[in-house]
Amino acid sequence: MLSHGMKQTGSISVHHLRGVIFAVLNPWVAVGILLLLAFFAAYMTALSWADLTYVLPATSLGYVLLALVARFLLHEHVSPLRWLGIVLITGGVGFVAGGPSLTEHHAALPHAEHTEDGNEPLAVATAKAPLLAEDTRNGAPQVRVTGKL
Amino acid sequence: MKAVYTWSAILAIVFASVVGDVLLARAMKQVGDVGALWRRAGPGIVIGRTLGNPNFLFGVTAMAVAFFSLLFALSWGDVSLVAPAAASLTFIGNAVAARIFLHEKVDRRRWIAASLVAAGVALLAG
Repeated sequence: MLSHGMKQTGSISVHHLRGVIFAVLNPWVAVGILLLLAFFAAYMTALSWADLTYVLPATSLGYVLLALVARFLLHEHVSPLRWLGIVLITGGVGFVAGGPSLTEHHAALPHAEHTEDGNEPLAVATAKAPLLAEDTRNGAPQVRVTGKL
Repeated sequence: MKAVYTWSAILAIVFASVVGDVLLARAMKQVGDVGALWRRAGPGIVIGRTLGNPNFLFGVTAMAVAFFSLLFALSWGDVSLVAPAAASLTFIGNAVAARIFLHEKVDRRRWIAASLVAAGVALLAG
């Protein structure tokens, strides 16, 4: 949307800074900026709930979405190498999504907060199950030495 | 010589965006669970606490530095090199930095995920 809007407004030069104001007034650019702000707010919220190394791979699904939109809505050609990229990203996100979302530090127990929403105690319980398995696997070195994991 | 400039700018992008991401993540951990805070204290407090957090402000500044480094990199190198190199190196850099500075437990699962995503992004953005 931003690029569409900026192509409509034309190029901006340093000598004509009024062009920047016109660019912001362009509805495409304005909506693009609003969406970027929405992305940033959602990203910050996700970071308050989960680890950076969990959130970041998950946000990379945006690249996949972009490629799929380009292919099916804009009918652009997506090369086999790019399809491979989509598969790799999806696999990576699936990998990280299967694990715990948050490193448990001693003081914080944020998982308890989610039960406030009600309705999904089962989902919370299943989400915690791999967490516990993960904790025992990496938390206690003696287990790793004796158990062949 | 142009390649040196380009790669320096790429490294600057990676460094600045990793610093930015780590600072933003730390800021949001300090702010706490946004959903719970929103219900308890309202959106004003959430926004106020986030914008007033020094780590958040430094993080946003680092992100701005990363953006301008991107502009420099694009003025020296091709977008088909700069975009995938910067994006995928940022994923790897973030995994390392999150482990060291945020004490996140980056286990084998997350390393594999970071590498797969980095490779995938390199292929897609290239």
